Amino acid sequence: MTEALIYDAVRTPRGRGKADGALHEVPPLRLLTTVLEQLRDRNQLDTTYLDDVLMGCVTPLGEQGADIARTAVLAAGYAESVAGVQLNRFCSSGLEAINMAAAYLRAGQTDLVIAGGVESMSRVAMGSDGGALFMDPAMVAAHNIVPQGISADLIATRYGYSRAELDALAAESYRRAEIAQRENRFAKSLVSVYDALGTLLLGHDEGVRPGTTAESLGKLKPAFEALGQQGLDALALMKYPELSRIEHVHHAGNSSQIADGAAGLLMGTRAAGERLSLKPRARIRATAVVGSEPTIMLTGPVPAAQKVLRRAGLSIRDIDLWEVNEAFAAVPMYFMDALGVDPAVVNVNGGGIAMGHPLGATGAILTATLLDELERRDKTLGLVTLCIGGGMGIATIIERVN
Amino acid sequence: MAIDYTLQEGVAILRWNLTTSPMNVLNDDSIPVFVEALQRAYDDEAVNGIIITSAKPEFVVGADLKMILRNQDQDPAEMLEVSAGLNRIFRQMETCGKPIVAAINGTALGGGYEICLACHHRIALDHPKTRIGLPEVKLGLLPGGGGTQRLPRMIGLQAALPLMLEGRDVGTSEALALGLVDALAATPEELLQKAHDWIKAHPQPLRPWDQRDKKSGRIVAKDRFQVPGGDVQSGAGRQVFSVGTAQVMEKTRGNYPAPRAILSCVYEGLQVPIDRGLAIEGRYFVQVARSKEAGNLIRTMFLGLNKANKGASRPASVEKTDVRKLGILGAGLMGAGIAYVSAQAGIEVVLKDVSTQAAEQGKAYSRKLLEKQMAKGTLSPEKAEKILALIHPTTQTTDLQGCDLIIEAVFENRALKAQVTQEAEPMLAAGGVFGSNTSTLPITGLAEASAQPENFIGIHFFSPVDKMNLVEIIVGKSTSDYALAVAVDYVRKIRKTPIVVNDARGFYTSRSFMTYASEGMELLREGVAPTLIENAGKLAGMPVGPLAVTDEVALDLVYKIAQQALQDGASTEADTSYQLSKQLVELNRLGRKNGAGFYEYPAEGKKYLWPGLAELFPVAASQPSLDEVKQRLLYRQALEAVRCYEEGVIRTPLDADLGSILGWGFPAYTGGALSFVEYLGTSAFVQQANALADRHGERFRPTEGLRKQAAGQ
Repeated sequence: MTEALIYDAVRTPRGRGKADGALHEVPPLRLLTTVLEQLRDRNQLDTTYLDDVLMGCVTPLGEQGADIARTAVLAAGYAESVAGVQLNRFCSSGLEAINMAAAYLRAGQTDLVIAGGVESMSRVAMGSDGGALFMDPAMVAAHNIVPQGISADLIATRYGYSRAELDALAAESYRRAEIAQRENRFAKSLVSVYDALGTLLLGHDEGVRPGTTAESLGKLKPAFEALGQQGLDALALMKYPELSRIEHVHHAGNSSQIADGAAGLLMGTRAAGERLSLKPRARIRATAVVGSEPTIMLTGPVPAAQKVLRRAGLSIRDIDLWEVNEAFAAVPMYFMDALGVDPAVVNVNGGGIAMGHPLGATGAILTATLLDELERRDKTLGLVTLCIGGGMGIATIIERVN
Repeated sequence: MAIDYTLQEGVAILRWNLTTSPMNVLNDDSIPVFVEALQRAYDDEAVNGIIITSAKPEFVVGADLKMILRNQDQDPAEMLEVSAGLNRIFRQMETCGKPIVAAINGTALGGGYEICLACHHRIALDHPKTRIGLPEVKLGLLPGGGGTQRLPRMIGLQAALPLMLEGRDVGTSEALALGLVDALAATPEELLQKAHDWIKAHPQPLRPWDQRDKKSGRIVAKDRFQVPGGDVQSGAGRQVFSVGTAQVMEKTRGNYPAPRAILSCVYEGLQVPIDRGLAIEGRYFVQVARSKEAGNLIRTMFLGLNKANKGASRPASVEKTDVRKLGILGAGLMGAGIAYVSAQAGIEVVLKDVSTQAAEQGKAYSRKLLEKQMAKGTLSPEKAEKILALIHPTTQTTDLQGCDLIIEAVFENRALKAQVTQEAEPMLAAGGVFGSNTSTLPITGLAEASAQPENFIGIHFFSPVDKMNLVEIIVGKSTSDYALAVAVDYVRKIRKTPIVVNDARGFYTSRSFMTYASEGMELLREGVAPTLIENAGKLAGMPVGPLAVTDEVALDLVYKIAQQALQDGASTEADTSYQLSKQLVELNRLGRKNGAGFYEYPAEGKKYLWPGLAELFPVAASQPSLDEVKQRLLYRQALEAVRCYEEGVIRTPLDADLGSILGWGFPAYTGGALSFVEYLGTSAFVQQANALADRHGERFRPTEGLRKQAAGQ
């Protein structure tokens, strides 16, 4: 089987996904174009060799609609022959694009592609695409579908994670992110975003707030309590009758931040890389997706990781570093708890809580971050996993190559 | 004749006037006549507009529910055609080209209000008795005459959905404020005048969801219609459907198909032109109307309840009686409540207690409840005064002189009850009846204190009396048909529902209901997680969990009852209710009344399950499924109801069903504790009950009668 190799990875900083965020005035197309331009330029890539650009985008509406991947191919001045596809598997879309690219490559169906994702959450609001899953009364009632925040609180309640424990995990995310920023650990992948006059708009992840502690987070009000009281807690508890209530322990400070950003990985077969004199950095060792219980929704990373490890013939101990998307603090906490993974090697440079989770892009951002850190530590195997709306999980193992 | 047709100033006035039924309803008689009248008005060139109104005090109060029951087993396609036929009539009203005004002279509900919705304009006579709304959901149905499509198109999703999901009807001013009607009129004359005026001013009306086809000039549905306040696929729509669905599920526990179908009708139907929306509604209507839940609700909670309220259990041979003066012994919570509901029905009440203060306090209870109504504006101070004036608090037995009925509501103590009976009985008017509000003591025994045991009867109210609509009438060994008739007539007069039971331990309601509490304790003793037990009870449709309800009853009372049963040889030492209530009483955990039972009752905040339960009843490693726990909790109650019926404790299946729903909150979607068996199918029930008996004990063993029935014998 042909190998799926990663040759390069590029990402924009994550801007605060609000009207006062540094990237708010940058259209998502521009974010994605920045990534494509950088990948081309720093690899001196003749884009005529490129087959396709696969981009995750979770809210493909308005300016993110109408196949933003192909749009960006044109906007970046790539060869006309390069195709583009936008895809959506909710929060995992960026990693799904990578996995799909890997599948194409390993199947010999394609030679050189870019895979990643984009989301400007400040400009296209999360959930503005509606969806039968969250709206159709027949779906919501039959499958007890609740917003993710309720699901996250349900995980915490079910597994007994206290507000203090979750805040501690969140504070650690902030602490690690701050160190990573200070030590420039993101430098390899991170590309700044400039305006048309060449003025820097953003060169670092904007969400990091130095000095954030468990105590300071402890002052924040629960984010999903009011929503829960409108019947949504009751709807979720119908599936979990052994619980008497849902403890609302997640808030703005221990949940992932709304963010703007884009990322892309240059991936190809060994032959394609050799032809273009590209040096491979890692291979996709194995990929997996699973469906899981849709009400609690966010527990999928555990079975996804188990599946991908099985598929790769590896065990938990073999993995050097882990990226578990910090959608909500309870997600990585449950993951580490269920699999017995050492917190010291999980999200070593912080995660979505400290730096944001631009939905479509995150999977690719995490992969880029993981690859950079494996190289920095000179380690071999990394596993990246994300929880997914509708009750799914995704996981990918990357392995450094020489 | 169902419709009076007159022509006035070029306007056809169609007055609903159904002669075959006391109120105007949509049924097989009236619909064809209505269509004929409409057609006549459409065809007559001299008719420039149509007014639809009624010759009766009410407008049209709905569709004939027997029509639905009759059609439940029919081919769904046929049923759909019936519903589509009605919708064609309504749609033609909108598209006929002539202005049609609903002159709503009185109550317009369900199909009656859907007639109004199909008109171009709605004017209501401002009358305090008029109610307007779509109550179908209360009987397990949905507004199938276009209600789910037209109301949200008129007033928006957010306003329309709660009205249909709760089945809430409103008075005229609220109807105007919500947009259910377009205008009000002060007098019947003004009502017609305004209707005429509107027709003159709008010769070519068009509903907002319709347009005139440019080529043919015909009125057709718009392809795209913007829902006022926001479309389904909008931010507002997302909020309405995500949260709205959760709220429906919270309220119904998913046990009732109708509200879910209403949500789907609106969600699906408001994204397409109205004709397609009506077709969608029709399909959901047929599904819901054919559901067992709808059949159960119509049979028990509409037809059955009406029958019971009309005195179905009353001996026909006795002439109508009338309680004008009522004596109540004991002005505690029950006595005070009985005084309140009786005075409200215009009965003169003598409320007697041992001290003036206690008697006055009993009367003050009524004052408090009346003041609440006045604050809400639903009662005038004059009326409240009149009601209060009917209650005479006293300590004097002689004040009871001339009572048609005396009800004792003193403590559950045989000697005390005997004493008050003997004291008060001589005061009764000739033919007067003595009632006991006992919930536990056998009536035949209490009647021994009476000089006229044939005029002694049990009249068992439920607490709180003003809210609980059931009265369990208990017939003792010597109780006469006459006394029964007096009791039933009295219960009817205070507008409550009477059921009649024979004298036996726990009568009917307490006995059957206690199995719910008892099975909760069985589960707890087995190591089932208490939260699961409580949630299973609620998810099955019970108002509260079995352990919570045991706390309400009070554990010392449960203990007392269990001890009595033990003494009487009706149970053994091993009995779970006996064991658990003993255990908790010894820990001074008596229930809600002392703030400690299966639950903890903090001074501030909500009650929660007592953590100490985990030590007394360690949670087993393996837990039963939710469905199994639900099943056990419901089956116990149903089996006890069956036993009561087979033993003759409860006299009719209807009384058994009504008693279960109104008395202890057995879920209505099942049709009642007895109908529950049929709801599941007798043979399926018997099979499952046998399986439960094999696993959990003989208390689940189906009766001989049930087994025979299941075997088709």
